[in-house]
Amino acid sequence: MYKSWWKIASVLLLLYTFVGGFLMDVPRLPALGETIRNLYFHVCMWFAMMILFTISLVNSIRYLRTFKLKYDIAARHYATVGVVMGVLGYATGAIWMSYTWGDPNNPTFESFSSIAREPKLIGAAIALLIYFAYMVLRDSINDMDKRARISSVYNIFAYAMLFPSIWIIPRILPSLHPGQTGNPALDMQDIDNRMRLVFYPAVIGWTLLGVWITTLKIRFTLLKEKHLM
Amino acid sequence: MAMNEPEAKVWNGLFWVIQLFICINAVAKSFMQESRGRMLYFYSIASPADFVLSKLLFNTVLMLLMSLLSLLLFTLFLGNPIQKAAPFIGLVLLGGWSLSLVFSFLAAIAARAQQNAAIMAVLGFPLIIPQLLLLMRLSNAAFAPLLTIPANTVLLLVALDLLVIMLAVILFPFLWKD
Repeated sequence: MYKSWWKIASVLLLLYTFVGGFLMDVPRLPALGETIRNLYFHVCMWFAMMILFTISLVNSIRYLRTFKLKYDIAARHYATVGVVMGVLGYATGAIWMSYTWGDPNNPTFESFSSIAREPKLIGAAIALLIYFAYMVLRDSINDMDKRARISSVYNIFAYAMLFPSIWIIPRILPSLHPGQTGNPALDMQDIDNRMRLVFYPAVIGWTLLGVWITTLKIRFTLLKEKHLM
Repeated sequence: MAMNEPEAKVWNGLFWVIQLFICINAVAKSFMQESRGRMLYFYSIASPADFVLSKLLFNTVLMLLMSLLSLLLFTLFLGNPIQKAAPFIGLVLLGGWSLSLVFSFLAAIAARAQQNAAIMAVLGFPLIIPQLLLLMRLSNAAFAPLLTIPANTVLLLVALDLLVIMLAVILFPFLWKD
């Protein structure tokens, strides 16, 4: 956790993402055009969110096996940073959507209701709400051990329920969003080889950045609560 | 009275929303009404897995009865737009089962957190929306003679219910210890 090579790797990969992502050649598809470069930001945010939520789940399981409070603190912070990544994913998605789905002849306000009904947007919103509920639950209990135990149980339960809401149901319902039959970012036919060169490093870079932010928050909390440990 | 006989989609939407609130009110009590002494007594005579399974079973039966009752009241007061009665009743029972399982477990969490029913709504709504969405879409097919109910989605719901039972058995011992 305290080694520095992966922090340097994260910065280098993100620098590469910004430089390569904006300058390297991309396929120009109808309706997408240059906005396809948003793949390096929008999709990576959701990847990072999912990875951080998974780390949070693992920490909750570890807490229930060992009852060491540091794992619970880690689980909480990974969930928080995962939520931040999800909100950023929404923001980048909104920018992308306004160029590709928005009807140029109508003001955004009028086409909003048809776009907001998109099952993938709703699924992601549910995912974020689940983790907001986790934080509400966690902050509503005063006793430290009880808080850790109950919120870990809820975290594991919530992760299991998260799966249908973002992986299964959006694939059943009709949708404009790409990724109806599998994962387009990982599919060998769906993504251009030139884009793959930037996309995979970008995923790793953003995820490492998220982990870095989280470890700082965890260290801060551990120092603050040192007298209780 | 306020809406006479609503059309099929409104009927369906209203029905599932009412089901959700019935479930919150019926199931939330199951853990909160137990006094501390009685919990201690249960603790001494049963294992946590047995205890949570019996709670789930009781809440399921309660919710199935409530679902049938509310279906009866709906058809009496709001008319009967259902085209395929048997599949719809099946879906209502499946939905009641799903709702009662998820909310029983959340009731256990909320009771341990010593909170009122409000926290259950906060915890429960995001978790239940996916299942409710699936149930509403499935039951839409029961209102149109030409649509068939997709078996895959029904199986998915059953699988989710089994997952909830499994998680409840695994996780409940941690809530129970004090």
